[in-house]
Amino acid sequence: MLDSLPLILSFLMAGVPPTVLATVGGIALTVVLSAVAGLALVSRHRAVRAVSRVYVEFFRGTSEVVQLFWIFFVLPALVGYQIIPLGAGILVLGLNHGAYGAEIVRGAVRAVPRAQHEGAVALSLSPWDRMRRVVLPQAVVEMLPPFTNLFIQLLKSTALLSLVVVDEVVRRGQLLVPNLGVGEKLTIYLVELVIYLVLALLITAGMRLLERRAAARVGRVPATGVAT
Amino acid sequence: MPAEPMIVFEGVHKRFGDSVVLSDLDLAVDPGEHVTLIGPSGSGKTTILRLLMCLERVDAGTIRVGGRYLSHMHRRGELVPADEKHSRDVRRRIGMVFQQFNLFPNMSVLGNLIEAPTRVLGLSRAEATERAAELLDMVGLAEKIDEHPARLSGGQQQRVAIARALAMRPDVLLLDEITSALDPELVAGVLRLLRRIGDTTDITILCVTHEIGFARDFSDRVLMLDGGRVIEDGPPDQLLREPRQPRTKEFLAAVLEGR
Repeated sequence: MLDSLPLILSFLMAGVPPTVLATVGGIALTVVLSAVAGLALVSRHRAVRAVSRVYVEFFRGTSEVVQLFWIFFVLPALVGYQIIPLGAGILVLGLNHGAYGAEIVRGAVRAVPRAQHEGAVALSLSPWDRMRRVVLPQAVVEMLPPFTNLFIQLLKSTALLSLVVVDEVVRRGQLLVPNLGVGEKLTIYLVELVIYLVLALLITAGMRLLERRAAARVGRVPATGVAT
Repeated sequence: MPAEPMIVFEGVHKRFGDSVVLSDLDLAVDPGEHVTLIGPSGSGKTTILRLLMCLERVDAGTIRVGGRYLSHMHRRGELVPADEKHSRDVRRRIGMVFQQFNLFPNMSVLGNLIEAPTRVLGLSRAEATERAAELLDMVGLAEKIDEHPARLSGGQQQRVAIARALAMRPDVLLLDEITSALDPELVAGVLRLLRRIGDTTDITILCVTHEIGFARDFSDRVLMLDGGRVIEDGPPDQLLREPRQPRTKEFLAAVLEGR
């Protein structure tokens, strides 16, 4: 079992770049969609809120796998254009997690004390400046911990891309598995676990850094969470 | 020649759900006048300030500030409820200081003071910074300019909040129980500062407070509110020492007993 480890390791590691690429691309799209849809959910205009609500409920309420199949298999038949597997994967990961992220953004914006909003009104700041300069910077501090969760979930969801033959970690493992014995299978799945764990820890570490910086900007000490 | 009052409420009604907060309220405050609003909680005094700040809307009646409608605007010759842009334009002349300071924790003291002057009044950063430094000097916090609001005491935060309101060069300043959240030993410093602002500027000041002593020597006029109406209106010496209305007498006795 141990003799095969280096071989298995190098074969699976070749799947890491697509996994990382899908994760990073998915996170980037998630952040953009979360911000746009989340702010739309707190808009003063009912129509804007409604459009965003439909987006959130649709992508949150339908299966990620089915969404992937739609974009990968159905959409090309409809528009006559095949999107590359990795691109389709990033699109689905972003659309799906952006729906969850929008709720995080909405909740965090709502959680900023009303008094802050009123303080900004009293200075005659425009609605856009009130949001951008006063409310959002404070809301971001509240958003980061739940976004860490969301990003880690997104990382793990990249395994779904094996279903549309993206050459990522899980797909490469599946290519090996059929011809191997129990010992090697165990090794493969163990290595896969470790790869995801390491990547998740990297995300956590990066987000911790952001959390500390954001908390310092609003004058909080993150370790205790108590204002000084 | 009586000039147009700075603030005029005419027949203002305001209710929250079933409870009537202001009922057919008429009110006029002259330019430069210092008026203190007293009354039991729920009597509508804070609502008056919040209506002026457009944090609430009138249910009926009108509000004018500096001769212009605040609650309403003219559109095709008709008086219609004001939109956000119109309110913001008229409200620009009004500053407000809150009980809980409401400083922005994501900005330094300087950031708090220059944010609105640069964005709303269009001052350059340098001009706004100069103005901020002068004001911080006046409130005795010049050395805290780069400090974070969270690192200041309540009294210091409230003085920064006063400087922030003044940085907009308001014609009207609204003070909403601004010493109520402060430790007793910090109250005197804030009140001293207000007296100095009252003496050295011609800003019209509308103030809600339970500091009867301060109301007496700061105000030109005191209004006693109860049940959404002004039930007594007079100079502080008369109203606070020899109130005519039994309700005022009762209220003052209760406030003075509480300390």
